[in-house]
Amino acid sequence: MSFWEYLGNRHTQLLADSLQHASAVFQCMVAATVIGVAIAVLTYRSEWAGDLATTAGATILTVPSLALIGLLIPLVGLGVAPTVLALTLYGLLPIVRNAIVGLRGVDPALVDAARGIGMSRGRQLLKVELPLAWPPILTGIRVSTQMLMGIAAIAAFASGPGLGNSIFRGVASLGSANALNQVLAGTLGIVVLALLFDGAYVVVGRLTTPRGIRA
Amino acid sequence: MPETSAASGSGAKRQAAEGSSGTPRQPGASPEGDAPPTAATATAATGPSGTTGPPEATGATIRLEGLTKRYAGSPAAAVDDVSLEIKAGETVVLVGPSGCGKSTLLKMVNRLIEPTSGRIRIDDEDVTGIDAVKLRRKIGYAIQSSGLFPHMTVAQNIAQVPKMLGWPKPKIKARVEEMLDLVGLDPAEFRGRYPRRLSGGQQQRVGVARALAADPPVLLMDEPFGAVDPITRDHLQDELIRLQHELRKTIVFVTHDFDEAIKLGDRIAVLREQSHIAQFDTPEAILTNPADDFVSGFVGAGAALKRLNLTRVRDVEIVGVPTATVDEPLETISEMLGTGTTNEVLLLDPKQRPYKWLRRGDLTHAKGSLARAGTLVHDTVTRDATLRDALEAVLTDSGGRVAVTGRRGEYIGVVDLETLMNCVHELLDADRLEAIEHRHSLGESQARRTYAAQEGLTS
Repeated sequence: MSFWEYLGNRHTQLLADSLQHASAVFQCMVAATVIGVAIAVLTYRSEWAGDLATTAGATILTVPSLALIGLLIPLVGLGVAPTVLALTLYGLLPIVRNAIVGLRGVDPALVDAARGIGMSRGRQLLKVELPLAWPPILTGIRVSTQMLMGIAAIAAFASGPGLGNSIFRGVASLGSANALNQVLAGTLGIVVLALLFDGAYVVVGRLTTPRGIRA
Repeated sequence: MPETSAASGSGAKRQAAEGSSGTPRQPGASPEGDAPPTAATATAATGPSGTTGPPEATGATIRLEGLTKRYAGSPAAAVDDVSLEIKAGETVVLVGPSGCGKSTLLKMVNRLIEPTSGRIRIDDEDVTGIDAVKLRRKIGYAIQSSGLFPHMTVAQNIAQVPKMLGWPKPKIKARVEEMLDLVGLDPAEFRGRYPRRLSGGQQQRVGVARALAADPPVLLMDEPFGAVDPITRDHLQDELIRLQHELRKTIVFVTHDFDEAIKLGDRIAVLREQSHIAQFDTPEAILTNPADDFVSGFVGAGAALKRLNLTRVRDVEIVGVPTATVDEPLETISEMLGTGTTNEVLLLDPKQRPYKWLRRGDLTHAKGSLARAGTLVHDTVTRDATLRDALEAVLTDSGGRVAVTGRRGEYIGVVDLETLMNCVHELLDADRLEAIEHRHSLGESQARRTYAAQEGLTS
């Protein structure tokens, strides 16, 4: 069976896997963004706390994804839970790091001005600091998403959702008729999804970056 | 336009300065003497601005009492026990070398920096303990390099404080237009622009507009013109003088540029390290009678020249010279030059503007042709020009005089070197006399207080 015939036969299954894959990555990205920005907001003002957050994120990233999911299975069981946990943890680092860099990079004179004209702490953050730090944060989100696309494939190891299932099935039955097709379909699917997401981020970036600070 | 408006503003500034020099006050010299009765606090909103400031002042009095800032880990205080009273509607410039704590002192007024000890009173209300965020919304704040939010349009920037104060939208919109007009920017052109598409000077104007948007009685300015080029800075200073003439806010202005201080301040506080006040007085008094070596060092060389910036051509005697218009027949002009009473005639063009200086002999040199005779008038000054400008023009003129012109460039009279020199001598003498009297009365009151204190101790 050629690759195109395989795609024709299995397109419903592959489409469902792709959707699940995209949905898992998207939801984990939302969670990672919220948590990551929150961590950055809490830590960026203190030298050591910010560095600690960045280092902790980097440490998580050095744990091999297969190992992390494997470690999570005894704790939270199989399926969606370890997938979501692992993806969110991996997604944190680029976001936390970029958010801290972005927030620290806001011109102190502007923060001084915001305070000086009577903005409360929360208002300074929402109206001045976060909008100005948004471009680097968005870059962090983009990098995270690309990374999670690949890592999400490993989730199939813990019976998670997504295109990883197709890859794992292929790898498990190497030598059989469709093994290569399965691996190829899963891999190409992930690449296509990653490109689609990246395109979406370009649009989001255009729409959400204030005109005054757009490069 | 900026020239004339600046001058009229400056005129008012001078008046205010004269008014304040009538009741000289050394900071910390007599805090107990003019402390208001505590019962007056209830009428604080109207009381002080009605009694101490010029009648139309919208500003508030600011009183700093023993203000001190000590940072953890450093033995010396950054600002040490500063007491200062700033009258409603007055522009006070804090000037001192970098690192003297002048910015820290300013930032304690709106409590961007919390004082370690001491009190801040605005219009007799003690604001040391009230909610700092609310306090800052009532105090305008303009900083170096404008501090405009780059992700907001000019209109959004200006609207920030009114928005926080909960003004209705239409009122904010109207106010934004009004403020842009006030700082000399066309609302239609600028309201939708982002700060990065403004020049440095325009940004600074918007910064001032934002600071004034909610009509605060007090305006704090932290080296606002430090980052713009000298020509723009000069314009902005003129604009500020004009604005202040219209608004009569209480302005506290920080700079390290003494010339800027002289130009803008009704009174100047010269600060040394730890914000200790070396001298707090009118620009005239500081220039002619610096309190000590530190102040005279800071005033720098050329105090007499700087003094020239404080007086306008309108304040000196303008003399007349024989004039003729170009339409007049040649014979009349040569007759004027030939009579012997004068050897120079100022030729005016048909619109009465100075055109040429004609000396005796010029006509014969030019073989009777008026077009070729004489020297063209290069430079004129208006009556609003400073004496320094006039001196500059006189010195560069070969004949040692400069024509003074009116609003439309028409001839009014002439200022020459002799007039200027006499005037400067008179000014310096008067200043010196005033300063000596001032010092004398200060010494007397100090002696009285020392005596009283000793009496208090012995009894």
